[in-house]
Amino acid sequence: MFELLAEMFSYTFMARAILVGLLVSLCSALLGVSLVLKRYSMIGDGLAHVGFGALALATAMHAAPLLVSVPVVVLAAFLLLRVNEQSKLKGDAAIALISTSSMAIGVLVISMTTGMNADVHNYLFGSILAMSRGDVYLSMALSFAVLLLFALFYNKIFAVTFDETFARASGIRAGAYNMLIALLTALVIVLGMRMMGALLITSLIIFPALTSMRLCKKFKSVIFCSACVSTLCLLCGLILSYVYGTPAGASVVAANILAFAIFCILGSLKARITA
Amino acid sequence: MTLIACQDAAFAYEGMVAADGLNFSVAAGDYLCVLGENGAGKTTLARGLLGLIPPKQGRIIRGEGFAPTDIGYLPQQLEARKDFPAGVLEIALSGLLARRGLRPFYSRDDRAKAEANLRRLGVADLKNHCFPELSSGQQRRVLLARALGAMRKMLLLDEPTAGLDPIAAREFYKLAQEVNHSGVAVIMVSHDLRNVAAYASHILHLQRKQIFFGSMEDYRRTDMGRNFPEGEKHV
Repeated sequence: MFELLAEMFSYTFMARAILVGLLVSLCSALLGVSLVLKRYSMIGDGLAHVGFGALALATAMHAAPLLVSVPVVVLAAFLLLRVNEQSKLKGDAAIALISTSSMAIGVLVISMTTGMNADVHNYLFGSILAMSRGDVYLSMALSFAVLLLFALFYNKIFAVTFDETFARASGIRAGAYNMLIALLTALVIVLGMRMMGALLITSLIIFPALTSMRLCKKFKSVIFCSACVSTLCLLCGLILSYVYGTPAGASVVAANILAFAIFCILGSLKARITA
Repeated sequence: MTLIACQDAAFAYEGMVAADGLNFSVAAGDYLCVLGENGAGKTTLARGLLGLIPPKQGRIIRGEGFAPTDIGYLPQQLEARKDFPAGVLEIALSGLLARRGLRPFYSRDDRAKAEANLRRLGVADLKNHCFPELSSGQQRRVLLARALGAMRKMLLLDEPTAGLDPIAAREFYKLAQEVNHSGVAVIMVSHDLRNVAAYASHILHLQRKQIFFGSMEDYRRTDMGRNFPEGEKHV
């Protein structure tokens, strides 16, 4: 096992992928708890699709992918948040509209410029080779920001997630915290989607939170458990991908599915014992 | 001393005026019951009093030294919150959070206050339990403990007894009365006149607009007061 890990780390691209992957999965797990509980899961999915459009645009313009996709996705995050807040009933439809639109624009742009080639495939399903040195630094900075935010604002994030109306009524600026979470989610998605793929990055946000909620019944333990599950699944997924030559994104999701199933079984066992 | 008053105010919900022609005031020590059927605009009014939505027309006048954040608020029961992973003490503490401003963590004093509020509501022994494991009555008490933490001059309860059995409901009314007797104004949103009649000093009756505001005694003399459907019929 250690030999295998040492061998994986001896490849620069693999070491980068593992490092970025671990940091991104840690951040996405933390943000995911709040997003899932606030019923904002679809925002993550929408952002990933917008990210696909932005990446396509960046390729067509021969610009640096992050330089284009970061501002576009951050902008989309604020937009989606507003849409979701203003019309609770049609919010999910609006998100679907925005995400499919940006997907379609992305495909059109690619087919008119470079043609439907390997790039498209990589954007949709991710590529482990996509991580550059800059990505490593960016993901380090980002995960530092997310961890600091969670440590400092943990109580406020809890209050706003648990009951936004009460939080607002008692004088907490819930809107600002929502914005902050949307902003960080956008950054995590942009960073993670090139490795995980636009179609699969949402799983990093949703799975760990749902998995740990099978067993944990307190906010703090859900967050802690999500972080552990998420990073462990990422590592398992990447090892799987390395050993069997499977696509990285799909392998990580497979590991998450397995963890979810295990937690479901443990959860029902626990309920049976305590009942 | 008047804490809050509405002058020809109207509040809207999703663009539609839900509570119109509001002219009433709440003074320190009052116990106001807001009556009305489902959809009569009670919750919209509550959101307006909390300062979450601005009045569509008219004005809200707040007494000197009174801010919307002085109100302890118990929201309506939400299905979504029932399974939320949270610790009981954590929830009670979150009522004190806004007062901490930018300081990120709770002090020992805050913890003592939160525990005292839980004790006051008879759920101190549940402080290490998880929210989803509690019965709806216990959940409601924990949320009231949170409201007590945030409360300074007014307690606003939105349908606190909906879905509770009659014994739990009566205990809830008693708790609200105790808070009222300690000098805090109470606004109780309800459609359960029979139980409220014993405690309320004032009645505000809504039917998408204000149709009555005055003292409990005056209300009893009106047709509505005599004929208002008794008990919890629409739950």
